[in-house]
Amino acid sequence: MHPRLPLAYDRLGGFFAMSIAALRFADVTVAYDRHPAVHHVSGSFEPGSLTAIAGPNGAGKSTLLKALMGELSLAEGSIDLGGMSIRDFGYLPQAAEIDRHFPLTVADTVVLGAWRETGAFGGVTRAVAAKVRQALSAVGLEGFERRQIGSLSAGQFQRVLFARLLLQDAKVIVLDEPFTAIDARTTRDLLEIVQRWHTERRTVIAVLHDFEQVRAHFPTTLLLAREAVVWGPTDIALAPENLLRARAMAENWDEGAPVCDVKKRARA
Amino acid sequence: MTIYSIFIGPFVEYGFMRRALVASIALGLGSGPIGVLLMLRRMSLVGDAMSHAVLPGAAIGFLIAGGLSLPAMGLGGLIAGLSVAVLSGIVSRTTALKEDASFASFYLASLALGVLIVSLRGSNIDLLHVLFGTILAIDAEALYLVGGIASLTLAILAVVYRPLVAECFDPGFLRAVGGRGPLYHVLFLFLVVINLVAGFQALGTLMAVGMMMLPAVIAQLWARTLPVMVLIAATSAGFSGLAGLIISFHLGFASGPTIILTASLIYGVSLLIAPSGALRRLFPRPHLRG
Repeated sequence: MHPRLPLAYDRLGGFFAMSIAALRFADVTVAYDRHPAVHHVSGSFEPGSLTAIAGPNGAGKSTLLKALMGELSLAEGSIDLGGMSIRDFGYLPQAAEIDRHFPLTVADTVVLGAWRETGAFGGVTRAVAAKVRQALSAVGLEGFERRQIGSLSAGQFQRVLFARLLLQDAKVIVLDEPFTAIDARTTRDLLEIVQRWHTERRTVIAVLHDFEQVRAHFPTTLLLAREAVVWGPTDIALAPENLLRARAMAENWDEGAPVCDVKKRARA
Repeated sequence: MTIYSIFIGPFVEYGFMRRALVASIALGLGSGPIGVLLMLRRMSLVGDAMSHAVLPGAAIGFLIAGGLSLPAMGLGGLIAGLSVAVLSGIVSRTTALKEDASFASFYLASLALGVLIVSLRGSNIDLLHVLFGTILAIDAEALYLVGGIASLTLAILAVVYRPLVAECFDPGFLRAVGGRGPLYHVLFLFLVVINLVAGFQALGTLMAVGMMMLPAVIAQLWARTLPVMVLIAATSAGFSGLAGLIISFHLGFASGPTIILTASLIYGVSLLIAPSGALRRLFPRPHLRG
């Protein structure tokens, strides 16, 4: 796909988004040591959709994202990126997966988001430096360029990572627990950025565990409990009976992992 | 005793002292920055394991060359070190063992194998040289090797600095932007191994890693930004070489251990007085109000 497309895509909005294919999951199963963490998930993320992946602890939410990002290989099934490559994706891993005390400045961290322009060896042009400043002011960290990331609070560091995502200008934005252990004000500001991505017709997928947040801000929800309990409009997905089902499935996990009969499913 | 006779005389009068000095400064320039990156990747002990892994290769080189020949032993060491690095990577990806655990098992096997091979043919003196190095016996050929490795290391680091740091800081991100992280990881392990090979002649397999990790830890106590850390690591490694050589010359101590002990002393002092050290909490710093 032509790299300049995002501009046209903003102006033409929905029309253009229609012509981009959805991200399709077909029978996706991901296993750790042959113990499936996610079973037979099928469905699609429509272009420009804003989807929350919710579910109890250990439901396989992060696992599913890692499979989408190609970090874990699929035991079964397939993921169709809808004609995009993984480079069109912006990914925010869980906070614990990044070393927050690494000796880097805020600007050095954010500029990584411009990897497509700078590459591994290219210099940082004035245009890129200006984008870094803009992104930092968009996340409310104006003037923080030279600060060490180790001196930031958890909320400020999350703002830095969002600034990096802004620079990436990705078509699909994938967030893994973006608001865990983040103060209320930062969460509100960052949710605004998520909304802005949505109005720019980018596809946003976020793993969340706060159902209130999901209800308030995410039109679509994939309720996951090792398999897709529901994948659809949030008010239906998070209806009490579905949440009960998800919880019941979560409680069943202790009784030994069932071996699923692939052939039987295929016949059914 | 004049200042001249203490600090400058030994190097003016003796060629072996000059060569040892140049070698230790070159070692510091290469190993110091590598050590900082190793530490930031939480692989501090992997450097140690790798330095032992170099031994059997060096020992086979020793057997083939029929004596302490640096090119043969260096090449053997390089091959052995890289094989262990690659094998550990494969083991950690295909079994339940973590990379550090597989390093730990491989290096013990390597160390035992290396000592066995050297003692098959060589004397105890040869074994001592292999294990602890002979920095005062460095000849021009060895000096070229050490200098070449230091130059190559700095040149490669300068070129791959950004992807290497990105891979260190957030490997998942680099993978997502298609940054070929594993390539830089392997390149970095290669740099670790060649620097250990460089340190091998001077400090032996057991202490070569001292020029890598001690300066790195010292740097972390003093600096908060990566470029300054790299600078401090290289400087403190080079300074340990200089001071260690002068002390060992005047007191008749073994040079290699004196250099490493000098670095340890700097580390000990830094532990107390550096900005991130232990004593800082005794002196509350004024902070801004509000």
